[in-house]
Amino acid sequence: MTAATYAIVIVAAVAVCTFITRLLPFAVFGTRKEPPGAVKYIGEVLPAAVIAILIVYCFRSTDFSSPGTLEGASGFAPAFISVALVILLHLWKRNNLLSIGTGTVCYMIMIQYVFV
Amino acid sequence: MQHNFFSAFFQRKEIWTFRILYRIIVSMKHDFEFAIKQTIPVMMGYIFMGIAYGLMLDQAGYGILWAFMTSLCIYAGSIQFILVSMLTGGMGLVSVIVMTFSVNSRHIFYGLSFIEKFRTMGRAFPYMIFSLTDETYALLCGTKIPDGTDKERAWFMIAALDQCWWVTGSVLGAVFGTLITFDITGIDFAMTALFAVIALEQWLDAKTHIPALTGLVCGTAALLIFGPDRFILPALAAAVGILVAFRKKLEKKTEGEEGEK
Repeated sequence: MTAATYAIVIVAAVAVCTFITRLLPFAVFGTRKEPPGAVKYIGEVLPAAVIAILIVYCFRSTDFSSPGTLEGASGFAPAFISVALVILLHLWKRNNLLSIGTGTVCYMIMIQYVFV
Repeated sequence: MQHNFFSAFFQRKEIWTFRILYRIIVSMKHDFEFAIKQTIPVMMGYIFMGIAYGLMLDQAGYGILWAFMTSLCIYAGSIQFILVSMLTGGMGLVSVIVMTFSVNSRHIFYGLSFIEKFRTMGRAFPYMIFSLTDETYALLCGTKIPDGTDKERAWFMIAALDQCWWVTGSVLGAVFGTLITFDITGIDFAMTALFAVIALEQWLDAKTHIPALTGLVCGTAALLIFGPDRFILPALAAAVGILVAFRKKLEKKTEGEEGEK
């Protein structure tokens, strides 16, 4: 097997397996006229839980090991301050792009210039 | 005389075809502008994460065509980054399959929210399933479709635009990655901010905060127990378990409040 063939096989395997994970719920429950009540219920309440978990995922590498110093604070302060800014700005203006853009710029400035 | 001429003119079949076509284009333009606006935060994240991916792939010896094809056919950020090390390390096929399933298993839970909602998508149905990434999932859950916007078309455009940003970023990274000199560290925070905004909107809208709090508690607990690299699946499984256990209570709560309205 040449290097190119190997790479094509690997890429194809990853592509097929990824699609299978996305297809699975539709393949299992999608063929019936009406999905079972429990699945319908989970589908309705899960998004809020999933998005909360995704937020935790975004904070997965925050580091609280030495919060006292400026160096230690750089492990968590930029992310928490920027998210607080996003939330406050969004409560005030309710404008997605404004909240997200300002929060991101604030985060970039903080990790590049403030908490270096 | 003039009146007759014009009404005859507009009653001609081909003119009507043009008018219908014109109306379709105008309404598509409207939906397209809406979809673009919704995906701008994802664009910021995907283009720059895509650049990082394309650059990594290019430096591993796989150029533009590979960046384009992998982002087109796989379209899943985390596994694509792992793919680079799989390729350079020469990982075996079975390990690759096991790895892909374990990294992407969270997607199984995403489809559950769209089993019925995607049914109306028509020909776009398979593509909607294929393109259900974390960010597209969050956008589709969080986007309120305004009146006068075609929901199915807007959803499809949001999904397709998200993938366009990812593919564009990957290709840019493979072509120009080494030329980027300004510091873009931290631009991926746009994704965190997007999730925060969607969570906030859902929180303000929600009849009950139990699902969001369940996710927060399960996510934090799983992160502390399993560590940052493999906590999502246990967190999702625990959240589903707890939400199923509270089904009677939660359903009563949502129905009760609906009744009051």
